[in-house]
Amino acid sequence: MSKQNNMSILLKGLLRENPVFVLILGTCPTLATTSTVDGALGMGLATMAVLICSNIVISLLRKFIPDTVRIPCYIVVIAGFVTIVQMLIQAFIPDLYKTLGVYLALITVNCIILGRAEMFAGKNSVGKSALDGIGMGIGFTIALLSMSIIREVIGTGSFAGNEISFLVENGLTIGFLAKAPGGLLVYGLLIAVVNKITKGKLIKKKEFSCAGCPSAEACNGSCAEAVKEGE
Amino acid sequence: MDVKALIIILMSSVLVDNYVLNRFLGICPFLGVSKKVNQSVGMGAAVIFVMLVATAVTWPIQTFILNPLNMGYMQTIAFILIIATLVQFIEIFLKKVIPALHKSLGVYLPLITTNCAVLGVTINNITDGYNFLESMISSLGVGLGFLLAMVLFSGMRSRIEESEVPESFKGLPVTLVAASFISMAFFGFAGIVENILA
Repeated sequence: MSKQNNMSILLKGLLRENPVFVLILGTCPTLATTSTVDGALGMGLATMAVLICSNIVISLLRKFIPDTVRIPCYIVVIAGFVTIVQMLIQAFIPDLYKTLGVYLALITVNCIILGRAEMFAGKNSVGKSALDGIGMGIGFTIALLSMSIIREVIGTGSFAGNEISFLVENGLTIGFLAKAPGGLLVYGLLIAVVNKITKGKLIKKKEFSCAGCPSAEACNGSCAEAVKEGE
Repeated sequence: MDVKALIIILMSSVLVDNYVLNRFLGICPFLGVSKKVNQSVGMGAAVIFVMLVATAVTWPIQTFILNPLNMGYMQTIAFILIIATLVQFIEIFLKKVIPALHKSLGVYLPLITTNCAVLGVTINNITDGYNFLESMISSLGVGLGFLLAMVLFSGMRSRIEESEVPESFKGLPVTLVAASFISMAFFGFAGIVENILA
């Protein structure tokens, strides 16, 4: 493998295949944990840790896992790492554990991780899978951070818990951005901005479809059927 | 058993703590399968069904197996495996025994396997310290809340389909902005349980 190739695997997660803004995976944690910068950073790093570890292990095991039961196997590996990360955070950063709550356990069902296992780690060598995990993890963390900075600074007038006095004193905060509806709004606007900058080149599928869903193969196209039926 | 407490749990999980709009669990099917009303109803019904069955299985497992053995940390692994197996099993069972129901719910079942709302509700029931009946009621409420959000949203989406949307907003962005408005509407329910029922 050439050096160039490795570099592109690492970098594609940052923008070209950014899991949040382009692949539209892992929407739940993106929306739920970005009301504060601290929570977003914690979530991003925790997900990255699980992603790198699961990518490495799944790639190591890819020749041993029978094709027919690969999804359950991937899920067990991922759930194992999530539990480890959960226990580490509970022991060393209890505050973060409280902030993230149930969303930590829900990293298990984060589509990004299963998606990368299915699309990349199950087919590529250990080194490449690790790089892919790092790239995707950084892309995810950056996306969460950018959303949380917008939401926390404008929503509550603070940055990572430190109050920005001129925003608060002049009443320049828009409180609802830090709440649930604000998350959906900011996410929608950011995707629109990415669309505008790239002139829609990155997001080819304009509609939310099953093609990007990692469980598409597992559900034997019944998702596509369901969507088609509705159209 | 205090009936009022159960009603409070039900109402707050349907309206106030709506999983989709307030906690963002199960947002993928919410965005993906909400184009038509009948489709939303099908998906919602399937989610209610799976949530109830999943809770009925995971709660006893946590209480009678994991807790006595001091293996609470196995919760995530155990629950996700149980839910995945359960959904597959339900699908096979329905196909064989009640084909009519399978026809209407069957397509949606595999989509629920890795739905975070189902895993979320089973874990939350344990974390909130609910007993078995309370857990079932809370799962029912969460499922109903999901159905309600889906149906309301599918109505909204059919209006969006007919309107002129700026190029960059076409598709997902405008859908998310619309979801934000619905979420805002549900915000109005905050405090309803404390003020009316309690």
